[in-house]
Amino acid sequence: MPAEDKKRAAHQVLVERVLTGAGKASPEQRARAFSNAGVPPPLQALIGKVATSPAQVTDADFATAKASGLSEDQLFELVVSAAVGQATRMYDAGLAALAEATGNERPDNAT
Amino acid sequence: MRLEILNSGYRPDTKLLFAIIRMFSGRPLPDAAKLVFYRPGFYGAAAKKFTHEAMRGPSAWSVADRELMAAFVSSVNESAFCVGAHTATAERAYRDRSKVQAVLADLESAPVDDGLRATLRMLGKLTREGKAGAEDMRDVLSAGVSPQQIEDALAVCAAFNTTGRLADAFGFQLLSPEDFDAGAKYLLKRGYK
Repeated sequence: MPAEDKKRAAHQVLVERVLTGAGKASPEQRARAFSNAGVPPPLQALIGKVATSPAQVTDADFATAKASGLSEDQLFELVVSAAVGQATRMYDAGLAALAEATGNERPDNAT
Repeated sequence: MRLEILNSGYRPDTKLLFAIIRMFSGRPLPDAAKLVFYRPGFYGAAAKKFTHEAMRGPSAWSVADRELMAAFVSSVNESAFCVGAHTATAERAYRDRSKVQAVLADLESAPVDDGLRATLRMLGKLTREGKAGAEDMRDVLSAGVSPQQIEDALAVCAAFNTTGRLADAFGFQLLSPEDFDAGAKYLLKRGYK
């Protein structure tokens, strides 16, 4: 079994756990954080930064999100969802670009 | 860390484990190691497995090369904790501090082979812009890197774009150079399991 399949399979397990595993935030909330789309305003700043500028996250971003009534466990899940989501989009984009670049070579190289 | 549950919300048996580790190592457990113990069924268990597979699973890239990729991706993300941890690990794995420092200071002039340089350049772009095209991959392939190696590098990139985001969002506490080096030794001996 090619090594990359094991890597991708392990990644897929992570994505599934985060999106559909047992949790305190609803699967819908997690899906929105994962895709960084349609996130409600009190959470938007935090989730948007986790996705696009994580070094800019501040205590105030967490305070705002907490003040909207979300528990720490829900925030834990939603921040993890946002991080896994952004990294997944990069992984998928890279693999798609590679497939495009090697599209014609692959069958010949297959063993 | 910014969520109190990540500082003190662990199960009693996990807290005991942390205390034992602290006693034997003489150092507190780094936040990166703690995080994966918090409700491991949600994130930690699957994250460790994927990261270990990416960093220590079969690959034509050496462990040192993959640690360098982790440090490089983290530096693009300005993720101070992950830069510290994986710079220390790459330096120890290569037994060459100046090479790692040179890559982080200026990739284009660093003393690494063209294949690794082209791969790091592509990972940097993907991390910075969130996208990459077929042309970027052709550049890497023409530097002599195999499609399989590119896939392996993309897995490292995915793992550290996840971990780095969590390090910064949750606010992992930075370690002293000695503690980062102790962590590097551990990661080279045991991996991410």
